[in-house]
Amino acid sequence: MRYSALALLRGALSGGRSWQPAWRSPEPKAAYDVLIVGGGGHGLASAYYLARNHGVRNVAVLERGWLGGGNTGRNTTIVRSNYLYPESARLYDFSLRLYEGLSRELNFNLMLSQRGLIDLAHSRHDLDSMARWVNSMHMNGIDARLLSREEIAARLPLLDVSPEARYPVLGGFEQPRGGTARHDAVAWGYARAADALGVDIVQNCEVTGFLRGGHGEVTGVTTSRGTIRAQRIGLAAAGHSSVLAALAGFRLPVTSYALQAMVSEPVKPALDAVVLSPGTGAYLSQSDKGEMVIGAGLDLFASYAQRGSFAVLQGVVAATLALFPSFSRLKLLRQWAGNVDVVHDSSPIIGPTPVPELFINCGWGTGGFKAIPAGGWTLAHVLATGRSHPLAEPFQLERFHSGRLIDEAAAAGIAH
Amino acid sequence: MMQLPCPWCGVRDESEFVCGGASHIVRPGLSASDAEWGSYLFFRDNPKGPLRERWRHAYGCGQWFNLMRDTLTHQVLSVYPMAEPPPAGG
Repeated sequence: MRYSALALLRGALSGGRSWQPAWRSPEPKAAYDVLIVGGGGHGLASAYYLARNHGVRNVAVLERGWLGGGNTGRNTTIVRSNYLYPESARLYDFSLRLYEGLSRELNFNLMLSQRGLIDLAHSRHDLDSMARWVNSMHMNGIDARLLSREEIAARLPLLDVSPEARYPVLGGFEQPRGGTARHDAVAWGYARAADALGVDIVQNCEVTGFLRGGHGEVTGVTTSRGTIRAQRIGLAAAGHSSVLAALAGFRLPVTSYALQAMVSEPVKPALDAVVLSPGTGAYLSQSDKGEMVIGAGLDLFASYAQRGSFAVLQGVVAATLALFPSFSRLKLLRQWAGNVDVVHDSSPIIGPTPVPELFINCGWGTGGFKAIPAGGWTLAHVLATGRSHPLAEPFQLERFHSGRLIDEAAAAGIAH
Repeated sequence: MMQLPCPWCGVRDESEFVCGGASHIVRPGLSASDAEWGSYLFFRDNPKGPLRERWRHAYGCGQWFNLMRDTLTHQVLSVYPMAEPPPAGG
């Protein structure tokens, strides 16, 4: 069923009875060409691009819980491509460009809002490093511009830019194409489009082990819903990547941490940009519903708990209120955490694993949401062809032995 | 807030401590291959469950100690001095 203004009208006239489920919930088959483990954005996008770009449609996505219930539903919905190194810039800008056409392609409103993303400079050192950052972006062909304190004050009238501010604002820079997208819609849009191409989406199906063939290759998985065979398997499990890798008998250069976020009660439009303050560790934007969506830094110890420490929450709220004193009257509605897969160079891993026919997409750390289209596109490519996509070639597991790390200091946008 | 038992100062709030990552990682010899060296530097068990790790009571006595902690429940399973071998169980 195609979504359109006409379909909306028909739905309204039928009292809502004409709407159908957006995807099937089939029983898993005994065998598939390709299995994707992980029904978040990256896994669902991988399945969609396998079917769309490569014609591989005998595919299942296995999800332990519900679609987009992990980090896809727990991030701060920010999209951007303001990276320093050419390898990262190419990958993340490819992702942002895919996002720009995705609502139309998937026939699903992702509510992409390129309202601009502003980084604040609180010191002379911040100003210098942001000038370098903007120069790098220009050299990589990505939009960016330095902002004066006055320009920032005009864009963000509620921001305290006075000289007496706890964290004085000296300037900053903007990526105008940065912004936000509706995170759940990204999972649901890819799921619906993949399902329409024949992909089976299987929820409440936890992978408990891997089947191996005579040459050590994976030949399938054991799950909470029975054994499923496959010729190739892709892992897209973010913070649980190490758990799956351990089941398959190898280790990853990954540590899982809790990353917190929170939303306030909804208020009228008051903040018309995504604002990051690297110096204070806070970043925020206003959702279309009106909530202030606030993100924190990592809880700096290994954790698989989807909740964070109060100390970190307190710190990020204090930083936010120092920037926007008028928000002190807002009540926080919800706070939560996602388990993020952090690697030493803050860059992803997309490609083969030590186990034949088993491929992985992980290591996005604190910034996986913006990369969903590119992560899915490149994992699908290596699953379909056996060769890494040119954009993913620098991001192989082997770099941790060769030493060719891509130490992307701009990955987080704030200090974690 | 998580509370951790410093062996010298007793139970204190998490915000007084700094985590130093996994314990008992053995540095390979000078003849190590690239694979061994990369594994030593970057590759970790990262278990969902009991993990042996080093913590420092940075805003207290300043001492390092070893802790076995469950990464899912954050429950502290045992505390032992830096130089001791890991306890059984996990």
